[in-house]
Amino acid sequence: MRYGFQAEALVKRFGTNTALNGVDFAARPGTVLSVLGPNGAGKTTAVRILATLLRPDSGTAMVGGVDVVRQPARVRRLIGIAGQDTSVDEDLTGTENLVLIGRLLDLRKAEATARATELLERFELTEAAGRRVGTYSGGMRRRLDLAASMIGRPSVIFLDEPTTGLDPAKREEVWRMIRTMAGDGTTVLLTTQYLEEADTLSDDIVVLGQGKVIANGSPDELKQIVGGQAIQVRVADLAQASEAAAILGSVAGHVPDQIGPGVLTVPVVGDSAFTEVVRQLAAANIAVTELSLRLPSLDEVFFTLTGRHTAEPEREQEVAA
Amino acid sequence: MTATSVPSQSAGTVTEPAKRPYGLLRHSFALAGRSLIKVRRTPEGLAHAVLIPVIFLVMFVYLFGGAVSGNTKNYLQFIFPAALVMTVIISGIMITGVSLNADIRTGVFERFRSLPIGRSAPLIGSVLGDLIRYVISLVTVFAFGYLLGFRVETGFLQALAAGALTVFFGFCLSWGYVLAGVVSRDAAGVQGIVTLTMFPLAFGTNMVAPTDTLPGWLQAWVKINPASHAMEACRGLLLGGPVAGPVMRTLLWSVGLLAFFMPLAVRAYRRRT
Repeated sequence: MRYGFQAEALVKRFGTNTALNGVDFAARPGTVLSVLGPNGAGKTTAVRILATLLRPDSGTAMVGGVDVVRQPARVRRLIGIAGQDTSVDEDLTGTENLVLIGRLLDLRKAEATARATELLERFELTEAAGRRVGTYSGGMRRRLDLAASMIGRPSVIFLDEPTTGLDPAKREEVWRMIRTMAGDGTTVLLTTQYLEEADTLSDDIVVLGQGKVIANGSPDELKQIVGGQAIQVRVADLAQASEAAAILGSVAGHVPDQIGPGVLTVPVVGDSAFTEVVRQLAAANIAVTELSLRLPSLDEVFFTLTGRHTAEPEREQEVAA
Repeated sequence: MTATSVPSQSAGTVTEPAKRPYGLLRHSFALAGRSLIKVRRTPEGLAHAVLIPVIFLVMFVYLFGGAVSGNTKNYLQFIFPAALVMTVIISGIMITGVSLNADIRTGVFERFRSLPIGRSAPLIGSVLGDLIRYVISLVTVFAFGYLLGFRVETGFLQALAAGALTVFFGFCLSWGYVLAGVVSRDAAGVQGIVTLTMFPLAFGTNMVAPTDTLPGWLQAWVKINPASHAMEACRGLLLGGPVAGPVMRTLLWSVGLLAFFMPLAVRAYRRRT
């Protein structure tokens, strides 16, 4: 079977630091694969290898069946890339940025202009098209960066932490745009630190930690492994914490974790658990200042999968730029 | 790893955009266009490159003119052709390396590297953009010289030739600073190289005083310094006097600098990726 892109036994070292230590993953054409991991896990390194920006020490990487080391020029005609540091020129306007990339991709002037206009509209930047990118907000830059990655109608797009540093509203906006990109039949590789992002956008998720794949599967499979959703409660009156803990425990079937004074969290299975907790808390007259149903954080995923927290391998710094 | 010739493999299911010919040239021009837009949006860099030669010109003519040549008018005639060469040296040296160094470290260059363009296109584009800047600087300094009282003693075509030769010399020389810009860790590193080389290059010449008035060791350097030959050629073209010899030596030096530094710069740039 031909993959949109695939990595096999990728190894990359920077000095004594092993960024990738035998990483395998592959995405079927037209799907979104998320690489989920903390800083220093090797996400950016993997993307840079697939995007021909870095050579692996060993292993193979292919895009559309083309080897990235042997035929980088051919791979570059197939891919689009949007990075953590947005790769658009601040001194140029939105239109000028996109037209330049179109020209570098061998579009004729009129084609490049038409494509730029089309993408600016699609990424809701038409009004800002004639303004210098230096005046754009963070969210607008990310959107322009996404637009730039799509100029050449690539069959594979690499998005390296496209929402890192954005506030939740802007993040939703970028997610919406990524969904439309994936809807075009493009194969997307997305790296992220947020399980929620990987869950909402991808067909498959690879969890990367310290240069190794520590889990992979569909979002549902992964959530089953890490315990799906969790309910978090913060009681208003600390005296009622143990009573609340008892309610959570009886609904979830586990003893809840106390993660702060009066803050309790417990993994739950099934869709009715949350309403049941709400009903019983109300019946017991327990006031809460926070009550949420959420996916586990990356740290919790890591802890479940590896027994370690994400913050531990501090010394391992990801090589960006 | 070169990105130029690619053996075609058995046809894949993926669709590849058709290639158009003269890629390197078209891409370099597109990238030069980008440089020019940046010059237009941030004209400060250009202003420096024009102002410094102008200030030196005023300073030398009015400070030393009387002492060296008896009067400022004669001295202006003597020094002005050399000031033109100094203009491109300063434009080329000060801006090319530093701005390229800053540019390379931005995400924009990362994107260029992921595009199917020649590896040298961003460097060539940057230097081509500089050419236009040299022309603007030269025209400005020329206009200023005329304002002060400088007059071409030959003819229009010779003056044009002097301008063209100067721009070509600056273009070739700037590749040395492209190399510095590519290999330096940061702008301060480039700045150091610029400061170390600018003075011997621009001032270790027969610009301010005739060569035979200098001490022997300095004469030796002045006779080697490519900038001296360019200045002499400009004097010949603008004021009359020997032309063929200095022009030939300037061209040889220029081509030599280009042939030496350009491949090194391109290779260093490739390696940096």
